Amino acid sequence: MASSDGGEVAVSFFRDRFGMDDRSLTRALDAALEREVDYADLYFEYTVEDSVALEEGIVKSGSRHLEQGVGVRTQIAERQGYAHSDEVTIENLELAAATARAISESPSRTSAVAVRGSGANARNLYPIETAPTEVPVSEKVGLLEAIDVYARGRDPRVKQVMASVVSQYQTVLIAGSDGSLSADVRPLVRLNVQIIGEDANGRREIGYQGMGGRHDFSRLLETATWRELVDESVRIAMLSLDAKPCPAGTMDVVLGPGWPGILLHEAIGHGLEGDFNRKQTSAFSGRIGERVASPGVTVVDDGTLEARRGSLNIDDEGTPTQRTTLIEDGILCGYLQDRLNARLMGMKPTGNGRRESYAHIPMPRMTNTFMLAGNDDPEEILRSVASGIYAVSFGGGQVDITSGKFVFSVSEAYEIENGRIGAPLKGATLIGNGPDVLTRVSRIGGDLELDRGVGTCGKDGQSVPVGVGLPTIRLDGITVGGTAR
Amino acid sequence: MSVELPPRATVERAIDRARRAGASAVDAILIESDSVEARVRAAEIDFVSQARQRILGIRALVAGERGARSACTSTSDLSPEAVNQMAAETVALARATAVDPTAGLPEEAFASEIPDLALFDPADRDVDVETRIQDARAAEAAARGADPRIENSEGSQIGSSFSHIAYGNSAGFFGDYATAAHSLFSEPVARSDGGLQRDYWYTVARRLSDLEAPDAVGREAARRVLRRLGAKRVATCEAPVIFDPVTAPSLLGHLISCVNGYAVYRQSSYLADKLGETIAPASMTVIDDGTRPGGLGSKPFDGEGLPTRRTLVVDRGRLSSYLLDSYSARKLEMQSTGNATRGAGSSPGAGSTNLWLEPGQRSLDEIIASTERGLLVTELIGMGFNPVTGDYSRGAAGLWIEAGEIVGPVEELTIAGNFANMLMDIDAIGSDILWLGSTASPSVRISKMMIAGE
Repeated sequence: MASSDGGEVAVSFFRDRFGMDDRSLTRALDAALEREVDYADLYFEYTVEDSVALEEGIVKSGSRHLEQGVGVRTQIAERQGYAHSDEVTIENLELAAATARAISESPSRTSAVAVRGSGANARNLYPIETAPTEVPVSEKVGLLEAIDVYARGRDPRVKQVMASVVSQYQTVLIAGSDGSLSADVRPLVRLNVQIIGEDANGRREIGYQGMGGRHDFSRLLETATWRELVDESVRIAMLSLDAKPCPAGTMDVVLGPGWPGILLHEAIGHGLEGDFNRKQTSAFSGRIGERVASPGVTVVDDGTLEARRGSLNIDDEGTPTQRTTLIEDGILCGYLQDRLNARLMGMKPTGNGRRESYAHIPMPRMTNTFMLAGNDDPEEILRSVASGIYAVSFGGGQVDITSGKFVFSVSEAYEIENGRIGAPLKGATLIGNGPDVLTRVSRIGGDLELDRGVGTCGKDGQSVPVGVGLPTIRLDGITVGGTAR
Repeated sequence: MSVELPPRATVERAIDRARRAGASAVDAILIESDSVEARVRAAEIDFVSQARQRILGIRALVAGERGARSACTSTSDLSPEAVNQMAAETVALARATAVDPTAGLPEEAFASEIPDLALFDPADRDVDVETRIQDARAAEAAARGADPRIENSEGSQIGSSFSHIAYGNSAGFFGDYATAAHSLFSEPVARSDGGLQRDYWYTVARRLSDLEAPDAVGREAARRVLRRLGAKRVATCEAPVIFDPVTAPSLLGHLISCVNGYAVYRQSSYLADKLGETIAPASMTVIDDGTRPGGLGSKPFDGEGLPTRRTLVVDRGRLSSYLLDSYSARKLEMQSTGNATRGAGSSPGAGSTNLWLEPGQRSLDEIIASTERGLLVTELIGMGFNPVTGDYSRGAAGLWIEAGEIVGPVEELTIAGNFANMLMDIDAIGSDILWLGSTASPSVRISKMMIAGE
């Protein structure tokens, strides 16, 4: 009988399709260990992705992609050798291993350990009924067509509807020179809706929303779910048509719950990744134990949340993911680690070694990063602001990890006057300094929300899916960029 | 082990199999590349990575009543069996989509010859990784040795990639060409009482011999990071903003996103319906040219097999052309400008090739000297540009100018405006164009933008 454990399924998959049984894996690792190295691993990946997209009322195109390959890595001290190939054969593996081991200057051989294990994981964070890439295309097409009709019926100012669904199904196998064998099967789905609204004067604005995660595709087909997403996209497009330019200057800012947690990702999370701290190039380097946020602020990175976009059973080095506390009650207390940086810093890996694909070397990366809820009433937080802005949703953000300076674009914001929400604002940007911004938190709401499952993080040219979350918070004296006085 | 076919045979197999499965039109692209990347940090190698990758992309069109259904697929499994299967799957997937009246291969004339655009020097294949790593070591040493305040770095990195691109379609076109790209990048970190700063410099070219010397790359990176030390904030104000040749190409990037044929027909560009109108001062001319020898954006034919060419995008301030592939051209009742882009994993799109702003007469120093009080932007972060409205708001760092002179570094500020006004407000264009990619610009001054700081 077929096993339902994703890890065991992945192990059988690579054994049956490519002949990668324990013996072949041991043989390939053996080739990587012909010189003296600290560690070596093999990363096999087989990913199927499909997408369909609608615009102008019709599903104009469908796509399907198959990506397979293997990466061989060796580590010695802080050096890493890496070679990858899209041909998954034992001959190619040995060739790649010879390339990867070339970083070692020591000719003495490292003793090999036989690879064994079932690949079974202690838990499955993303149990599904059907691989999302096996869901018939007709169901995906039907969903997009229904979205188009519904969106156009919501408001006569809806000018364009663009919608797409992307399904991914990734199977990975990781064999380490410590004899470890880890494997996982990872579903990922996403629905995007973009609306262009046009008013009577021909002025156009855009509204965008997306959702998804590591769950069955069928969740996206639930009518109430996608309708709510469309409603939000339409609402934001129409709201923007009425928005006025955001003022520039320093002001008090209330961040709404959920996606504004991207602030934590940019301002804090990247600066706590192990590589920058090992190299001492982060604005947070050497600051463990110091106060970097107001009392009451606790920030965690948690890869173990069920069905979330940023979650993983194991990271891309085979380490089980975990919840890591980064800031506890305002005090900096932890870093995000992969194997290499943990070893060099004398710490433990935290299950944050991730990579975009077999064609990339793992690095410390975030999973789902969020602030724990406080005790304040969100309504009361808004009432506490005499004059400022209420930022509800964001576009992209970016950080300079060394100087700590970050920026992100606000896609939905309102002015606050005497504790009341006023007119919508457009074109706002928030800017600040990572080690400083959370010391400006003066209120923390009890309404923690995670985002809808749309985050993608880029670092050194590698993209990985991530999640963020935040309760409503108030920040005192933040610089807001806009065009108005 | 499975047996694989030469590139042309693989492309033709994909086309043939999709035709047999019922496609009315097909195109296929095979991209093969070898690459190496390595980083040196201080005196140590950080990583060395080598790879060989191949990917086949297939697009199938199935004729319907007044139009066609279409789908595209890609695979890195290039065994003949896998190609056969993917070709059939592409057709099956196309049948599941709707009939698009505009879909189809180009009606314009395909490239009749494949010009040699000097995109690859075969001799560079013989340069071994160790030699390239020596370049990274030299850049790293030059950056680290430039000043005692530079005591750390993110490292210096080299990259070389060699690619072969083969494209064919069921209308009878087949073309292939080889390209290469080589780079050297250095990113030092400097410390002062005011904290840590990083900055970078890099060089990139089609031929190794066209790269800037490694020690010059390291020294320039060091110069750039040192001038950021002690950066202050400025008070919120409206002032002139000068973009240097490193940051100015981002403005052209925004322009490209607004003249892209897809954004235009979707009405998701503020420049939709503005062809022929004045969008910038007469001093501004922007050219796209896919035939520039050695250009990082050059290609002998575009992503649909059409010849690339020189296109005036902005002619002395007037919007004179969009950037179009055949699909967006048909949507707009125009002709393709030979600007089709094509990756293995997607259907054709429109994009720029080599695009630049024609230089003016003044040096950057002269432009600074004629600025009473303002900002010279040397780095931009964030993604605050909305092509639908032209709203622009980004994070910036740079140098502050008082009485025509640079008085010191500034950071943690944003610059904001509306792109339509920003273009009209360009009142100085430098002579200092710099090619650091496929989009290049000289320094540009915008007479006023809102700067948010303290």
